[in-house]
Amino acid sequence: MPNKTNKSPHKPNEPKKENGSLEKLQHPTEGGAKEPRALEGRDKEHRASGFLYQVGAVVFALLITTIVLLAAGVGPFQAYKAIILGAVGSWDLVSNVLVSWVPLLLATSGLLVTFTVGLWNIGIEGQITLGAVFTTWAMRAMQDSGWNPTLILVLAILAGMAGGLLWALLAGALKTFGGVNEIFGGLGLNFVATALNIWLIFGPWKRPGIASMSGTLPFDRSLWMPIAAGSSRLTPASLVIAIIGIIIVYLLLENSYFGLRLKAVGKNARSAYMLGIPTWQHMMASFAICGLFAGMAGAIQVTAVYHRLIPSISSGYGYLGLMVAMLVGFKASIAAPVALFFAALNVGSIQLPIILKLDSSLAGVLQGTLVLCVILGQGIRTQVQKKKRATP
Amino acid sequence: MNNSVLLVSLGGVLASAAPILFAVIGETISERAGVLNLSMNGLILIAAMGSFAVALATNSVVLGFVAGAAIGGLVALVVAFASLTLGQSQVAVGFVLAMLCRDLSYFLGSPIMGKVGPRISQVPIPLLDRIPILGPLFFQQDVMTYLSFVLIFASWFFIFRTRPGLVLRGMGEKPAAAYIRGENVSRLQYVYAIVGGAIAGLAGPIYSLSVKAGWKGTISGLDGIGWIVLSITIFGGWNPFRAAFGSYLFAFLQWLGLVLQPSLPSVPSQVLQVAPFPLMILTLLLVNIGSAEWVDRTLARLPENVRRDISRVLHALNAKPPASLGEPFKKE
Repeated sequence: MPNKTNKSPHKPNEPKKENGSLEKLQHPTEGGAKEPRALEGRDKEHRASGFLYQVGAVVFALLITTIVLLAAGVGPFQAYKAIILGAVGSWDLVSNVLVSWVPLLLATSGLLVTFTVGLWNIGIEGQITLGAVFTTWAMRAMQDSGWNPTLILVLAILAGMAGGLLWALLAGALKTFGGVNEIFGGLGLNFVATALNIWLIFGPWKRPGIASMSGTLPFDRSLWMPIAAGSSRLTPASLVIAIIGIIIVYLLLENSYFGLRLKAVGKNARSAYMLGIPTWQHMMASFAICGLFAGMAGAIQVTAVYHRLIPSISSGYGYLGLMVAMLVGFKASIAAPVALFFAALNVGSIQLPIILKLDSSLAGVLQGTLVLCVILGQGIRTQVQKKKRATP
Repeated sequence: MNNSVLLVSLGGVLASAAPILFAVIGETISERAGVLNLSMNGLILIAAMGSFAVALATNSVVLGFVAGAAIGGLVALVVAFASLTLGQSQVAVGFVLAMLCRDLSYFLGSPIMGKVGPRISQVPIPLLDRIPILGPLFFQQDVMTYLSFVLIFASWFFIFRTRPGLVLRGMGEKPAAAYIRGENVSRLQYVYAIVGGAIAGLAGPIYSLSVKAGWKGTISGLDGIGWIVLSITIFGGWNPFRAAFGSYLFAFLQWLGLVLQPSLPSVPSQVLQVAPFPLMILTLLLVNIGSAEWVDRTLARLPENVRRDISRVLHALNAKPPASLGEPFKKE
């Protein structure tokens, strides 16, 4: 689709937008207003200082984590080394990183779309869970049918996407028709999804004999997503799906008229409405897209990772995806490597309790500190620039 | 006999609502000043862990409570600094802190996990505790539960009946007007955010030194409470009495879930534990739906007497957030 329609004042490549996407959540009307003075050279300087602040934020985050580690009485370098070795120490570990990269990247991809229209889709955890539940339901219905396993897997994944879609549209409807803020509606739906999941595992879908926290009965091996040679868990098909997913989101947001309109709604819903962009329809559409991605993540957790339904099937990938999306400043172009880094931290810290008797939540501490420092760094930078502009 | 067991367990409901009440009223004060502190889930967890650690090390519950309030205030300070001074999104900072503080409490708290530490005990109030029914219900509690009763009335009186409370309300609605009247809006917002955070921080030690004594890491059962607190704040319409009603309703429903468990063996306990949440969504829906445009349009088509009743109910339930919530004030 041609994207050169320049009728809207919101050009896709406004220089300021790239660095200021976090503050956009707060000042939707600020942004392009004072642009004309932004010359080429100044833009370059702008970007360079942005990079500097980001590096500073990362260094600062490492510093804080180091202090936390010292406070806990652990050698920080020992801990960092253990995490790195835990993530890349062997091919099996690397493939584990990729296994957890897939759902994280899918969740992040979906969230980039909702963030673009200015929505905080915290309900993504529940959308992943519903995806997993629907996939399991479809698998259970088809596992004895004798159909081609590939067909069953494809249909099951589609069912999972439908589940995520349903839960996302529910949050969207609560927001657009009920006036319930998407954060609180989403949170409530997350808890409901968890309850539904646990009820199914302990009730109708319980293992023959005794129901337990270890989940439902695993599916037959022929219904597992094919695993790569030489790996214990990595499934190439899911990798391909995740990569295609982020590319679709990138093209959608950066290269399509639809993405442009989503941005317009996110920047300033009122003026977008005035320009004739149907606002709530775009919000619902972004919820729907995010739900499809989340449902896909849940479906992959069932068909490729656990081969059954477990109580914590979403594994917190939705919340982690929110962190990744914030860290990349809602830019699709760098979401994949950052999500990979976060997945590596998660996998790398699994061994910490055994090696160093440290809690594996260290990964979360590192990730959280990093995002917090980047947000604070961004704030400090805008303040410094404001002062500079005030005193030329 | 059976009656007294019921009374004691209902008294337990009042006690288990105390931490929720502190957190909800702390958040209400902060939001009244226009600062949305979304970090509540992490704040309560890290305050619970930190205060238990302090109480364990010093063998003093008082210091534990002081630590809980200090931690809560500190987390709120970060939110306030990022949003009021640095102009960043309160939702973004709050969410990150909710995640970060949770993981931090699990990480730093692992050495003290499962240890037995000091806890506060029940202090029956002489004479009053002998009153039939009311005695076992209200006057055989611990200090913090008594304080939670006081807090409801005190915070209501402060917000609605004092001059600083008037300024507080005005600040959340129209900070510019408060500024013109000579109030230092930014400083007051800092103060109320930190005070609100400190009050909410007390919820931590109420858990770890009383209601769910000790620190048990991920199985403490505290993860998620903070999100409920945020929904009850909305349900409470930023009014301490309504907030108290929401907190007690929630605690009662959770207790009911536990009581019903034996008679519903087919339903796993985890499901009944979350039973209040769908109800929460429903109430949030009812609280908000009155202001939706399509509701008005639909109502207009109904016969007069039905319409009046429905809109009266919706109006009573309706609650409007402080108008400037989440948007820091900038003088210009």
